[in-house]
Amino acid sequence: MLGLNRKDGVLFLIVVVMVIFAPFILNPFPSDSSLAQFNAGYPDLMQRFLIFGIFAVGFNILFGLTGYLSFGHAAFLGAGSYAGVWMFKLLGMNVLYAITASVLVAGLFALFIGFISLRRSGIYFSILTLAFAQMSYALAYSVLTPITNGETGLQLSQNDPRILEGASAADGSLPVPSLFGLETRATHTLDLGAWSFDFNAGYYICGVIMILAFYLSIRIFRSPFGMMLRAVKSNQQRMNYTGLNPRPYTLAAFVISGMFAGLAGGLMVSMDPLAGAERMLWTRSGEVVLMTILGGAGTLIGPVLGAGFIKYFENIFSRINDQVLHQWFAFLPDGFENAMVFLVHPFVGKGWHLTLGILFMLVVIFLPGGLVEGGQRIGRLFRRKKKTDQAAGTAQGQNTPAE
Amino acid sequence: MGILEVKGVGKRFGGLQALGDVNLSVQENSVHAIIGPNGAGKSTLLNCLVGKLIPDTGTVMFDGQSVLGRKPHEINQMGISRVFQTPEIFSDLTVLENVMIPCFARRDGSFRMHAIEQVAREGSIIEQAETMLADVNMLEKRDFHAGSLSRGDKRRLEMAMCLVQEPRLLLLDEPTAGMSRADTNNTIALLKEINEKRSITMAIIEHDMHVVFSLADRITVLAQGTPLVEDTPEKIKGHPKVREAYLGEAQH
Ligand SMILES: Nc1ncnc2c1ncn2[C@@H]1O[C@H](COP(=O)(O)OP(=O)(O)O)[C@@H](O)[C@H]1O
Ligand SMILES: [Mg+2]
Repeated sequence: MLGLNRKDGVLFLIVVVMVIFAPFILNPFPSDSSLAQFNAGYPDLMQRFLIFGIFAVGFNILFGLTGYLSFGHAAFLGAGSYAGVWMFKLLGMNVLYAITASVLVAGLFALFIGFISLRRSGIYFSILTLAFAQMSYALAYSVLTPITNGETGLQLSQNDPRILEGASAADGSLPVPSLFGLETRATHTLDLGAWSFDFNAGYYICGVIMILAFYLSIRIFRSPFGMMLRAVKSNQQRMNYTGLNPRPYTLAAFVISGMFAGLAGGLMVSMDPLAGAERMLWTRSGEVVLMTILGGAGTLIGPVLGAGFIKYFENIFSRINDQVLHQWFAFLPDGFENAMVFLVHPFVGKGWHLTLGILFMLVVIFLPGGLVEGGQRIGRLFRRKKKTDQAAGTAQGQNTPAE
Repeated sequence: MGILEVKGVGKRFGGLQALGDVNLSVQENSVHAIIGPNGAGKSTLLNCLVGKLIPDTGTVMFDGQSVLGRKPHEINQMGISRVFQTPEIFSDLTVLENVMIPCFARRDGSFRMHAIEQVAREGSIIEQAETMLADVNMLEKRDFHAGSLSRGDKRRLEMAMCLVQEPRLLLLDEPTAGMSRADTNNTIALLKEINEKRSITMAIIEHDMHVVFSLADRITVLAQGTPLVEDTPEKIKGHPKVREAYLGEAQH
């Protein structure tokens, strides 16, 4: 199917189905129940799952395949965001203008940074990319104010030319991004009994693009080019003495992952047409590293899982405050209730970083392959059980065949 | 004129003159062995031929073209492949993939952006790699991680990776080091077959005299960075200078 082998095809189908039905899947709890706060099916968060999914899927093409750890990919996210808003200001509010420009600008920017940074490998490469990104952040804040609008951030205004659309709305309101007239903020709410589900146009636009991006990533993984990238990670010396030049391969991977990041930036401003310098900050670069490693670097689905996991924590755990905790532990005697709230308090609400940090450490130590490895181990456990149930004495291979 | 002509090559590491004034001529379709005690500069010489090191003096001509100043991947594309003293393979990839990569390198050159094509659809490349694996008796291990192979198998795999490129000159740095007697004999047979059937010229560094004398057409003895003598195996065996400098030491 679509030129994918069976296993990849199934994985791809699962992702497609998940994206289509996410508004249901992520809202499992009735909207007035006490568990409703764990619902993640609201447009803003669902869009972020997809956008950061794209960001991480692209990052994984560089880091997962070649092993080159960039600490500066937020620079491309930021560049894509600025390029997108500029398209909204200059050309018109169609999302396609924004994301096309985002991808191109981020790609060129990545070509420049990659060309210089890839002269080094290992920690030096990481430091170079970090330095470039922080430099971009500082420039966006100061010297480049005419382009970035400095601290305030770049936003739409009534006076923008928008040459492809003519005059803006007469009532003085700002136009909103749309795809051929379909506004990204348009949301249809479906009430089913105690449940309520939101279907947002912006989410589904992101969804289609994320599915395309994921498909492209599978194709790259299974291509001769993808194999060369894994060869870079495995043994550059052998590559050289096999007549292959690793540099253009790594540069191509760097540019592709930069373009994915730019695409994510373009989609961000398509959902909310505002771009600020803090989007280039090193914490953003670090975030995508965490997503990729947490989910499973070098695996197809890992980065998507990692992005979802971290965004869920950021948005859901951070909203659990003491009041909510008291509700949870209300069934306990007062003394115990207070003690439990006191114990759990540091890990939720503003302390969500702590929980995420601990989880991250646990994953890195016990599941070096990330959440995907966790899933595989559980799967193997079940399969082994089945096997031993069926035939107790099947011979195992003497050596470990590759997956 | 040999296919490889080394003239007046010297290389210094700080205060150490690793190579003095090396002259060497490897004839097409021959097996040329380079022997010498540890630290004689054999690996250094090989490194100068493949672009890993740049000699301070001298010239290296391959098939009438200078090798010096070219990058390793360019030299490989000229037709020189190399087997390392410790096997250099793609440990994270499967055995089959390891052999497919040189096939791609041969077909597509040092870089090609084939990002949408599929490895699984590269029928002729897969076939080429499988045939090569069958030739070295490793076909049944095609889906293993290369890193999980035994040392002997890793060497055989590396050899297959070089051979599948059909190089015009194959450089081997102690190809039987760390091998069992049986594996060593298999390797000798394999190398003999390669030289005869595929008519690939070989320059081989070797410690094991048994290997050298059963394979080589000509032998150069290197000591302290300079060639002592160059001759046929029969002459070398009886050469007093060689006995003194090398064979005497090897019999400890
Ligand atoms: N990269 C290097 N830097 C410094 N000294 C080196 C380097 N490579 C080799 N040498 C020295 O050069 C001499 C020759 O080494 P080598 O060519 O490896 O010898 P062989 O392969 O004949 O045993 C040795 O004394 C070794 O220590
Ligand atoms: Mg050596």
